[in-house]
Amino acid sequence: MAGFDKVVSSYQEALAGLEDNMTVLAGGFGLCGIPENLIAEIKRKGTKGLTVVSNNCGVDDFGLGILLPNRQIKKIIASYVGENAEFERQMMAGELEVELTPQGTLAEKMRAGGAGIPAFYTATGYGTPVAEGKEERNFNGRNYILEPAIVGDFAIVKAWKADRYGNLVFRKTARNFNPLAATAGKITVVEVEHIVEPGELDPDQIHTPGIYVNRLIQGTFEKRIEQRTIRQA
Amino acid sequence: MALSREQIAQRVAQELKDGYYVNLGIGIPTLVANYVPKGIEVMLQSENGLLGMGQFPTEAEIDADLINAGKQTVTMAKGASIFDSAESFAMIRGGHVDLTVLGAFEVDVNGNIASYMIPGKLIKGMGGAMDLVAGAENIIVTMTHASKHGESKLLPACTLPLTGKNCIKKVLTDLALLEIKHGKFHLLERAPGVSVEEIANLTAGELIIPAHVPEMRFA
Repeated sequence: MAGFDKVVSSYQEALAGLEDNMTVLAGGFGLCGIPENLIAEIKRKGTKGLTVVSNNCGVDDFGLGILLPNRQIKKIIASYVGENAEFERQMMAGELEVELTPQGTLAEKMRAGGAGIPAFYTATGYGTPVAEGKEERNFNGRNYILEPAIVGDFAIVKAWKADRYGNLVFRKTARNFNPLAATAGKITVVEVEHIVEPGELDPDQIHTPGIYVNRLIQGTFEKRIEQRTIRQA
Repeated sequence: MALSREQIAQRVAQELKDGYYVNLGIGIPTLVANYVPKGIEVMLQSENGLLGMGQFPTEAEIDADLINAGKQTVTMAKGASIFDSAESFAMIRGGHVDLTVLGAFEVDVNGNIASYMIPGKLIKGMGGAMDLVAGAENIIVTMTHASKHGESKLLPACTLPLTGKNCIKKVLTDLALLEIKHGKFHLLERAPGVSVEEIANLTAGELIIPAHVPEMRFA
């Protein structure tokens, strides 16, 4: 690596320094826009005791779900975890700690974490189990709860295209949590479908500036579809 | 006759107005998109980061990078925009969405809603529902009026863990359209052929019944 060039040559190098019991933020919504090869590398590496922050936890054999059979995830912070039998088994058996977090609060926790804001007030979750143990405050006649921000030791992100400096462009709804996770990792690792030279991306069209990105790698992606719904042509 | 799922969606669709930005929850609310009245335009917000959700794709149009909040493959409508999850919930929390339609297990006379968790059973999570009920001014809850065993889901107080507190003002069930205000349910309309008595018997929370309760009309 030289200067602002963030490109690394292997997935092993991309996740160097990831150790047991760290916190990992992951982009993706369902299976859409997930850093599938970085997740596969965590599985291969065998890192354990992870706290994973992600909207969902994949399915049994794809996405973050593949980290479950070897008990690599100790705790998950997510908004919806429905589609996964092994997940359900570990959760019901008390082997996996699950912190359910409203989706907008989860996004804002990452955004705030990346922006140096330690906590924020939100009306979401007031008067519900989510509010338990949290500070409450009334602003202009409305009740809010204080939600702490989240930062990760690592953030794993999937983008569509990047230049070598780590400027990122996402594609369609594969964007979702990815730009937020990218800001909130102490080490942010991004995998993309295409890498171009600096200057080739229009600065006006960059979604995530390279300042947030530490390591960049080009991969090939399965992009599995969770619910294939079609209409007749 | 109790309303079918399609009829519930049709009745909700009558609440749509030209130029509305609308978030439709998973299940019956999704069907509302099929009954947008002719001559008006609405734009559907999908909380995973799409404003201007289109219909399902043809086989040839399928794109793994383009899904809705139910993780179904979709297309983009003309004039659509894409954004990240924080931006999506800024729209929702900031009160910019004109109408939200979502399902529930229970609602009560104080506008509380329980929709995401049955203790002891599988807990899948609230997704965006807590943000939606806390952020939206105009919410319609769609649900069945009572369980299969005849137990009311319109209660004096919710028994399940809440998704939101004091936030629901309008409920459409398979039997009736109701408003919630001043700590009571108010009967606005009844499903065709359903008597006021039947609705009253299946409403556990206090119910105000006006002298005349019109039947719902379907075009």
